[in-house]
Amino acid sequence: MSKVAITGMGIISAIGNSVEENLNALMSATSGISTIENIDTNHKNAIKVGEIKMTNLELSQLLDLPEDNNFSRTALLGLFAAKQAVKNARIENINEHKTGLISATSVGGMDMTERFFYDFIENEENRRYILTNDAGDSSHKIADNLGLEGIVTTISTACSSSANAIMLGARLIKSKKLDRVIVGGTDALAKFTINGFKTLMILSDTFNTPFDNDRKGLNLGEAAAYLVLESDEIVQKERKKVLAYVAGYGNANDAFHQTASSENGEGAYLAMEKALKNANLNPGNIDYINAHGTATQNNDLSEGRAIQNIFGQNVPDFSSTKPFTGHTLAAAAAIEAVYSILALQKNIVFPNLNFMTKMEELNLVPVTELKEKNIENVLSNSFGFGGNCSTVIFSKS
Amino acid sequence: MKKVYINGLGCISCQKTFDSVFLEEAEIEKNQNVLTAKEPVYKDYISPGASRRMAKGVKNGIVASAMAMKDANVTNLDAIITGTGLGCIEDSEKFLKSIIDNKEEFLTPTSFIQSTHNTVGGQIALGLQCKAYNFTYVNGGISFESALLDAKLQLELDESETILVGGIDESADFTTQFFKIAKVIKSDDEKNISILDKKTKGHVAGEGASFFVLENKKTENSYSEIASISVVNTLEPNQIEGQIKNFLVENSLEINDIDAVVLGINGDINFDNYYEDISENIFKNTPQVYYKHLSGDYHTASSFGFWVASKILKLQEIPEIIRMNSVGKRDYKTVLLYNQYLGKDHSFILLKQC
Repeated sequence: MSKVAITGMGIISAIGNSVEENLNALMSATSGISTIENIDTNHKNAIKVGEIKMTNLELSQLLDLPEDNNFSRTALLGLFAAKQAVKNARIENINEHKTGLISATSVGGMDMTERFFYDFIENEENRRYILTNDAGDSSHKIADNLGLEGIVTTISTACSSSANAIMLGARLIKSKKLDRVIVGGTDALAKFTINGFKTLMILSDTFNTPFDNDRKGLNLGEAAAYLVLESDEIVQKERKKVLAYVAGYGNANDAFHQTASSENGEGAYLAMEKALKNANLNPGNIDYINAHGTATQNNDLSEGRAIQNIFGQNVPDFSSTKPFTGHTLAAAAAIEAVYSILALQKNIVFPNLNFMTKMEELNLVPVTELKEKNIENVLSNSFGFGGNCSTVIFSKS
Repeated sequence: MKKVYINGLGCISCQKTFDSVFLEEAEIEKNQNVLTAKEPVYKDYISPGASRRMAKGVKNGIVASAMAMKDANVTNLDAIITGTGLGCIEDSEKFLKSIIDNKEEFLTPTSFIQSTHNTVGGQIALGLQCKAYNFTYVNGGISFESALLDAKLQLELDESETILVGGIDESADFTTQFFKIAKVIKSDDEKNISILDKKTKGHVAGEGASFFVLENKKTENSYSEIASISVVNTLEPNQIEGQIKNFLVENSLEINDIDAVVLGINGDINFDNYYEDISENIFKNTPQVYYKHLSGDYHTASSFGFWVASKILKLQEIPEIIRMNSVGKRDYKTVLLYNQYLGKDHSFILLKQC
């Protein structure tokens, strides 16, 4: 078996609370980038974000959680998207097959920790959040709420995290360790990451413009998305509808710098090369690249070089969807997996919004208008701190 | 499928686990509820300039990984896979404190840059210029076991031949204080703690980094074979015996085949009942080993237990200081490890002499 079936997906992002809403926004070129409302930060007017305009209370009510729950926003978003994915895959009894959950997050419960940090010591009231800081907490809450009893684990490799969750999930299905696995990621906006990226001076004060010569940096975002991967046996036995396949994947390390990508994008090149080999595809088979494209000076040049090195003169249609959602860190690869699957299903390339001027150094122009064409294979890139570079390839069902 | 061997190890812990054989210099600390790692000579491994900027978890990870690679006599890796419960919590706290204290102004990026969970894996790759697969697992008490599972999968299928795996956690002031408030760590007024006899709420905390070189070929330096690993997110105390029996059946083994059982007992009255039944019943006549009185407890303390079990199988001895009962065996051929963290994230590992 070389491909792994995707039978369900769920998503919540700045452009919608369902797969359909996300698709509609992508089709109508409606960006979700706005001014921050849910977090009280000094940088409010100096940044733009891909924020989900629902409060924690609204989310917990939609999820039927008790009032005194101790869900971080990361866990709320994660559960919201994971429940959709399970429903979409028409799973009734989650433990009927050997099922796992591989989730990804970078901030974990930081949104609550940063709110109550000194308060934990002074007051009893919010101490129920003390143990929700660690990254595994949101995964456990999702698993408990879904009633899932099998393997639960969490990956955190910064901004490539959920690509790696998809990768591990696919490997667990291929090796028959699991029959079914829910994979994806979740990250909420937090002062921690806003200030972190601010100190690195890579936050744009306006709408992000990936692959543009005059790009000013990224917009942070928040989101969660999960896919359900199932074995061929289940798909055949239960006559499951397959949305798309995970066809290949690769992870490599740039080994250049803790936060910056190497100028020639070696790690990115290696990840794409491995993924193509793993999928048994040639560069010519790729119809669309959903790029990492964060709109930082460093990423877009490095990724652009790597793309040119892999594809040569025949770079396929490519775009970054981050002008829609912002950079959602550990969730980015999961929401972009959903977009890649939608591209395969609908035979469309989503536009790279806000692009004006070609980068001087490269001969790369992204797709800027919605484009219809037959799409068989989509390559999706995600790169993170620590030199972590991941590529996943999705194929038509 | 290929077999998977532990061919090298390196351990920085709250005991002197470097430049020593097997816990002969270990001491039980009875007056502290938070143990700190014994520091190696960092400058032998990391330039002083780089060392100054690194938190202790990163430094300990780099040193332990270098020790493991030297022990296994390998220089090239096909993958680096780490597990950590709280990641670089020292730098996370530092950055968070400065955000709050300085009201989001005058911040510098260093501690943010180093706060990501995969900093240790990334820094090891950077130091070795290793461009291979690099994953970090962050799932509470099975963070390390997740890394082991991933590595085992790759080695069995021959996708990789040599993999570095490690578990790292460091303590940090505020998190320790929060854990005391939440009664995860024993309160300050408890002294003279024996985690076997006098059980109270919470554990004695520790920190450390344990790294292992895993390969799918046996070498002269092999410690043991990793026969099987199983993780379960949630179990009740009365399910442990059944879980272990099933795990053994899956591996064609019976209780009598287990020559030593290594348990994650930590003196926490709320959760040690997960170990009590099996310790008093099915493993009554089996040599029992505990280790958290030496390592302290933390999310990846089980990687210290894994180090202990590897040593038992290679050296064929159980030091007195980690024995829970007086049962002995002439040969240690098969060792079972069981651990859980706050009643969640249960792990079962089978190691075999090779």
